[in-house]
Amino acid sequence: MMGKILITIYEEDVAPRFDLSSEVFIASLNDKREIIERKTIVLTSASPEELCHMILSQGITHLICGGIEDEFYQYLNWKKVEIIDSVIGHYQEVLDLFLKGSLEQGTNLMFQKSQG
Amino acid sequence: MEIEENKTYWPIDHLRMDIRELIDGIPVGVALISPDLRIHAINRAMESLTGFNRKEVYGVPCRYIMKNNLCTRERPARNILAKEDQIRAEGDIINLVRQKVPVIINLSPLKDHDGKPIGVIETVEDISLVREFDQKIQGPSSYHNIIGHSPQMEEIFKTLQLISQTDSSVLITGETGTGKDLLAEAIHLSSMRAKGPFIKINCGALPENLLESELFGHKRGAFTGAVEDKQGRFRMANNGTIYLTEIGDLPLSLQVKLLTFLDDKEFYPLGSNKPVKSDARVIAATHRDLNEMVRQGTFREDLKFRLKVIRIELPPLRERGDDVRLLMNNFLQHFSKKFNKRITGFSLNSIPIMLNYTYPGNVRELRNIVEFAVNLCQDEVIRREHLPSYLHESITMGVPVSDNLAATSSVNTSTPLMYRESLYKATSHFDWEKIERQMITEALAQSRGNRTGSAKLLGWGRATFYRKLKKYKLG
Repeated sequence: MMGKILITIYEEDVAPRFDLSSEVFIASLNDKREIIERKTIVLTSASPEELCHMILSQGITHLICGGIEDEFYQYLNWKKVEIIDSVIGHYQEVLDLFLKGSLEQGTNLMFQKSQG
Repeated sequence: MEIEENKTYWPIDHLRMDIRELIDGIPVGVALISPDLRIHAINRAMESLTGFNRKEVYGVPCRYIMKNNLCTRERPARNILAKEDQIRAEGDIINLVRQKVPVIINLSPLKDHDGKPIGVIETVEDISLVREFDQKIQGPSSYHNIIGHSPQMEEIFKTLQLISQTDSSVLITGETGTGKDLLAEAIHLSSMRAKGPFIKINCGALPENLLESELFGHKRGAFTGAVEDKQGRFRMANNGTIYLTEIGDLPLSLQVKLLTFLDDKEFYPLGSNKPVKSDARVIAATHRDLNEMVRQGTFREDLKFRLKVIRIELPPLRERGDDVRLLMNNFLQHFSKKFNKRITGFSLNSIPIMLNYTYPGNVRELRNIVEFAVNLCQDEVIRREHLPSYLHESITMGVPVSDNLAATSSVNTSTPLMYRESLYKATSHFDWEKIERQMITEALAQSRGNRTGSAKLLGWGRATFYRKLKKYKLG
C-alpha cells in the first residue's frame, strides 16, 4: 500500500485551520495511487493534540490541511508525516489533485482572477 | 433584509482603486469582504499579518485568508450582513509562516447611500506584544508545579505540551535538584495515562538482586525468603508510567532486561519462565553523563538510544537568570503560609546574597535556604542574618560560591554565571546594583547593542531586561 492520507475538512472544503478541525477525511491508497478505502470521521471536539494522536495512531503518511501552527507541523514532520499545508479548496478537488501528484503546499483552488 | 449571494457586480467596484489607496494608509490589517464572504481587497498591513499577497486573495473566502478562530467557527461576517451589527472580539490567526498571532478583530457592515449593507469591512490588529507583556506582569509561566519564565524554561514548557501527547520514552537529564522528578510527574499527569498509576523507583537505592525483584517481581520460591509472588513495579505501572530515577546507577545486568522490556513490552519475573506483559511508559532520569558512562562501558549504548527518544535537559538554576528571584518569592509564600508566619519579602541586603549565590544544589537548595530562613525569621522580612551562614561566608571571603562547583560541574562560559563571577571578583565591596548595571552594559557591548541578544546573554526575559534598562537609565 502506498500510504494513508488525512484531510482536515470543514463542510465540503479543506478546513482553514488544522487546530479547529473537527472532521477528517481519511483515504488508504494502493501502489497505483488509487483509493482502496475511504472514511470520514467526526471528532467530538476540535483539538490539535487529539488530531496529532489520531494521525499517528492511524498510521497516516500524508496530511493535507489549511493553516497549521509550526509546533504541530514540526512535530508531525519529525514523526515522518508528509504535510501539505495552507491548501485552499474543495476537499474532493484537492484530493484529485493529490492523486495526480500535483498538489503543493499553498495550492489555492478558490482564487478568482481580479476584475479590476 | 435579503443578501444577494455570489453576485458578480459589487457596488464599490468602481471605487476599488481609491479604496485600496485609502486602506493602505491604515496601520492595522484591513479587508473588504463582499456579501458572499469573499475577499475583495486587503491592505498592506493585512498582507504582512497574514503572509498573503493581495494578488492571490481576490475572490477567496475570507476564512481562508484571515484564518481567525472566530470566522472558522461562527462566520460572524454573515451575521453582520444580516443584522447590520458590529463585532469586536479577541481571537487569533495563523499566518502563512505557521505562527499563531493573537489579534483583535473588528467587523462592521459597509453600507451604500440608502443604508443597505453591501459588504463587510474587517480590521485585524496584532496584539502579540500586549499579550506578551500581560503574561510577564501576570506572573510566572508554569507547567503543573514547575515555575519559571526564563527563556530556557519557556522552551521546555512549550515542548512538554507536545511530549505529553506522545507515548514515547523520555530521558530527563540535569543536575541534582533541578526538578527532574517534578517534570516526570508533570509529563505523566498531562498525558493520556494520567488516570493510570505513576510508579517511581530509584535505581540507585537498592542492591542489584533486590532491585531486580523490585522492578520485575518474582515467583514464590525464586530465592530464599521469596515466600510469595511479587508483581514488581513494571507490572504495577501497567497502563500508567514508570519513572526510573538515577537510571545511570542501574546495574548492567538489569540494563539488558530493561532493554528487552522497551523492545517487547514484556519481561520475565525472577524465577518465572512465563513472560509478563505491561503497557507502561518509561520515563528515566539521571544527573550523570550517560555519554561518558557509555565510553567507560558502564552504561549500554543501545539502552541510551532507546531511552532518549525524547530528551529534556533541565538547566541548572544558575543559568535561569531571574527565575531565582521568582522561585525565592514563590517558596517564601509557600513556607510563610505553611509555618503560619507573616513574612512579606526579603530585605534589600539579603536579596543580593541570594541572587549572587550559584546554587550547586539548584532549586532544591534554594527551597531549603528559604525554608531555613522562614523558620528563623521572626520579623516581617527576611534579613541577612536569617540566611544560612555559608552564604555570608562566601560573600565576605570574596569567593564566588560557584568555585566549589568547578570540580564537579563544567560551567559554560557564555552563561549568565560568567558575568556574575567575573564581576563579583572584580568588585572589592558588594554593591548589587552596580554589578547589575555593569552586567547590562557588558551584555549590550557583547551583543553590539542588540537588546534581545543581551537579554538572552543575561538569561532574562525581554520585559525584565527593558525594566532594568529603565531602572538604570541605560535605555
